[in-house]
Amino acid sequence: MQTITNDTWLLTVGTFLPLVGVLLMMFVPASEEKTHKQIGILTSAVTAAVGVYTLLRFDFDQSEKLQFFVDSEWITVIKSNYTIGLDGISLPLYFLSMVVTLLVMIYTWDNMPDAGNPKSFIILMLVLQVGMAGSFIAQDLILFFVFFEVVLLPMYFMIGVWGGDDRQYASLKFFLYTMFGSALMLVAFLALFFQTGAASFSFAHLMEAGALIDRDVQIWIFAGMFVGFAVKVPMFPFHTWLPDAHTQAPTQGSVILAAILLKLGTYGFVRIAIPMLPQGAKAWAPVIGILAVIGIIYGALGCLAQTDMKRLIAFSSVAHMGFVMLGISTLTDFGINAALFGMVAHGLITGMLFFVAGSVKHRYHTLEISRLSGMLIQMPRLGWILGFAAMASLGLPGLAGFWGEFPAILSAYNPNFGLSEALFRTLMVVAAIGTVFAAAYLLWLYQRTAFGRPNPEFEQGAHHPVGAGVNDEHHDVDLHDVTKIEWIAWTPFLIAIVVFGVYPQLMFGVMDPAVSLLIERVGAGIP
Amino acid sequence: MISSLLAQAWTAPTIDWHAIAPELVLIAGINLVLLIDLWLDESKKWAMATLTGFVMLGAVIPVVTLAVLGGDVRDAIFDGRYVVDEYALILKALFLLVGYVVVLLSQNELEEGGYYQGEFYVLMLVSVLGMVMMASSRDLLSVFVALELLSIPAYMMAAWRKRDVKSNEAGVKYYLLGVFASGVLLYGMSFLYGTTGSTKLTEIGAALSGDLTGMQVLAVVFVVAGFAFKISAVPFHTWAPDTYEGAPTPVTAFLSVASKSAGFVALLTVLYLGLYGADEVHGPFIWAMAALTMTVGNMVALRQTNIVRMLAYSSVSQGGFILMPLAVMGTGAAESSLRAVVIYLLIYAFSNLGAFAVIIAVARKTRSGEISSFGGLITYAPGLGVLMTIFLASLAGIPPLGIWIAKLQAFKALIDAGSSSAYVLAIIAAVNTVIAAGYYMRVLRQIWMSPVPDGDTTPVSPPSSIWLALGITAGGTVVLGILPGLVLRFADLPDLTGALGL
Repeated sequence: MQTITNDTWLLTVGTFLPLVGVLLMMFVPASEEKTHKQIGILTSAVTAAVGVYTLLRFDFDQSEKLQFFVDSEWITVIKSNYTIGLDGISLPLYFLSMVVTLLVMIYTWDNMPDAGNPKSFIILMLVLQVGMAGSFIAQDLILFFVFFEVVLLPMYFMIGVWGGDDRQYASLKFFLYTMFGSALMLVAFLALFFQTGAASFSFAHLMEAGALIDRDVQIWIFAGMFVGFAVKVPMFPFHTWLPDAHTQAPTQGSVILAAILLKLGTYGFVRIAIPMLPQGAKAWAPVIGILAVIGIIYGALGCLAQTDMKRLIAFSSVAHMGFVMLGISTLTDFGINAALFGMVAHGLITGMLFFVAGSVKHRYHTLEISRLSGMLIQMPRLGWILGFAAMASLGLPGLAGFWGEFPAILSAYNPNFGLSEALFRTLMVVAAIGTVFAAAYLLWLYQRTAFGRPNPEFEQGAHHPVGAGVNDEHHDVDLHDVTKIEWIAWTPFLIAIVVFGVYPQLMFGVMDPAVSLLIERVGAGIP
Repeated sequence: MISSLLAQAWTAPTIDWHAIAPELVLIAGINLVLLIDLWLDESKKWAMATLTGFVMLGAVIPVVTLAVLGGDVRDAIFDGRYVVDEYALILKALFLLVGYVVVLLSQNELEEGGYYQGEFYVLMLVSVLGMVMMASSRDLLSVFVALELLSIPAYMMAAWRKRDVKSNEAGVKYYLLGVFASGVLLYGMSFLYGTTGSTKLTEIGAALSGDLTGMQVLAVVFVVAGFAFKISAVPFHTWAPDTYEGAPTPVTAFLSVASKSAGFVALLTVLYLGLYGADEVHGPFIWAMAALTMTVGNMVALRQTNIVRMLAYSSVSQGGFILMPLAVMGTGAAESSLRAVVIYLLIYAFSNLGAFAVIIAVARKTRSGEISSFGGLITYAPGLGVLMTIFLASLAGIPPLGIWIAKLQAFKALIDAGSSSAYVLAIIAAVNTVIAAGYYMRVLRQIWMSPVPDGDTTPVSPPSSIWLALGITAGGTVVLGILPGLVLRFADLPDLTGALGL
């Protein structure tokens, strides 16, 4: 694999910089909440600035090569190195993780979850950021595994401590599911290591040597990785942790989960499982495709049945990740590009939806769709943003969501490497029907919450909800429109959704060279 | 007979004093502590702990000089039956360090309980001496002597709370089953000696190749079963939970880390030097024990409400993971199995001792061993809460904390072996990792997410000795997790495996 070794410090600094903030915060007493928030924002802002600098230094003409490449000794005894690099596939996700963390951090300024204790909360978010960014730059299997797992505990605590009523159950479910997946994944990684001659854990080596493994063995190893990554994506039938985790997580947690964490799974497929085990990938592709489409339909039907706004958005994630996985399963250049685009688009759009859901919850103290209505009258700006995000989510052309979904469906028309056309075309049709469902549940959600007359129990100035039987908490109803902090945190999302929607080439151009190289490599491994 | 012996000219063996210096320091220290204790005023007994700590650290010095100066293996002493090599040195250092940390942990417990401090520390030093000897023993006799030397004081230490019924129960159970295990072990050893004509492990190893006789098979099974008691492997684990719960907590920490590691060291040495030719006998036996140990240990740990009992069962289950690589040592993964076990022992010691240190610190306030007593720890003792999180997450095997690399090595050894039985064991272990995470997370859930029981939020103020212990163990857990190369290098053990010509 060709590499460029310029600015070797850049990725390491960008990844580990949040730890400096963590270190600082450890010496500040927990009672100084404002200082913690300031350090949190500052650290993630500097990190994001390093990210911007990375973008500037990145050589876009050679985006198929690993840039800022570092390969230094780490655990020599087990032949694992500190190998990092960035190419067109990982760059968008790496940068996205930094930006999302910054914006979430800004959002936290005014919207600390009820459990309080911003010190721990912000420290956890910063650690989370290290794990996320690290997963996208790792070019060594063991290093990747470590970063992949670093994410686990902070997210567990975020859901479990700052989450909703059922948080303990949800957090444990999230943890055990992921742990199970990664244990099997680790076994698969090690099997891959030994099957390739136990020489090195580096991606470059494994991509070369992995293709030479016997087809049957590849299928088994792929199965192990499949479980690990599919839990994270999550794919049907491993998705059941997601609605619980998303619904119970605090807004910040949901946004990060949707925007970045789920992508670790799909990224793992694209970066590790498929190029390292081409024949295994080909054998599994139909299964992935079928499960992806089941996920699309199942997620959509699940959405239609939800009464809670946040849970609905969570189920829509299952459906959207189904499109991503469908794109990946075609093993085409087109499909994987669409999948990668879909990952970023879903991150932006669903992240935005969760932000809105969080703000709705903050104002109405409920997310029961049946109790919400007339948002456009009471809070027109929030209502419009919800509408905008919903349109983007259902794949309206001109907004980012479209470029994730449409090409993914299209790519199934002509799957690569002799995969069954009949099967994939059927999948294509079913997936297309899925988009209709998506329009249905999103528009229905929008209609029920934003249109109509405001619910009398939330009339401005009403101090005690009329239908208080449903809800014992007596919160003052204070419906204010989008605040300044929210605007700051949300505007980049809104702009990005439009920009990538109007000019998708911006991202496709970066990803495509890397993706075609990947497909070429997979093709070489399939006899 | 005697006349012929007398006829031989007797020459004094050359003794490599440097090689046995750690043991000598300990022996001198034991006598010193014993003597000083006799004349020391009751009000000054606290000095015993400090003195014992210095003895432990003092014994580390020759270990370090041996490691730095002596590049080659010193086996001239005692005819290769007592060997000082890298393998021995790293384990000696481990035992001494664990001993030191346990001294730090017991200091206040003993002072405040008014227990017999001098005697306690003497016994502990003797036990550590046994462990240090175990690391060097390469002969059935010295292995057995070392094993008894480390076990017998531990029986008494388990019953140290004299007026507490549970502590007495702990001591008696441990003693009876321990002695029974010794008997079984000795019985097996006598068969080994009888059929091979030697007690030297390398000679036994040479004689035990090829087809085994029925008696040899029996011998191997007995020897492995005898050690299985010491390492509390299922189904020989029944003493462990009661003993761990009843014994004073620092002693429990000592038993579940030091004594267990010593048992593993003995098993390792015997398996690798003496019984490697009999892997068809002990391979499946250990395979089944490993699978059972991790599964049963986990299943029972899930249901515990007492944290010490939970950690006891968790340490049983961790034992299964340590045992796991040994199940495949005969199938081409000898070297990686050995490395995996040694690494596991080294890192496990830090994390498990750390968890006990937090329990001791918290129990000073709550006076309770229930998991629910940890509720809301993070709100009134954030330092201890975070440390416990680190230790338990490490025990659960989450990178980048200590034990992940040990678990990785264990898995790696299995997959290196590549046989289908090894893969099955790896899958069983993978599932068990998840189950184990379940109960570790339950404690973390109490710490982070539950309200404080009784609303008592007075801060915990552990004494400085416990902070020091926490610092050592947390430092070890984190640093070894991020830079495992530091210890992995030591576990590259050409010496022990070199003896086998691997």
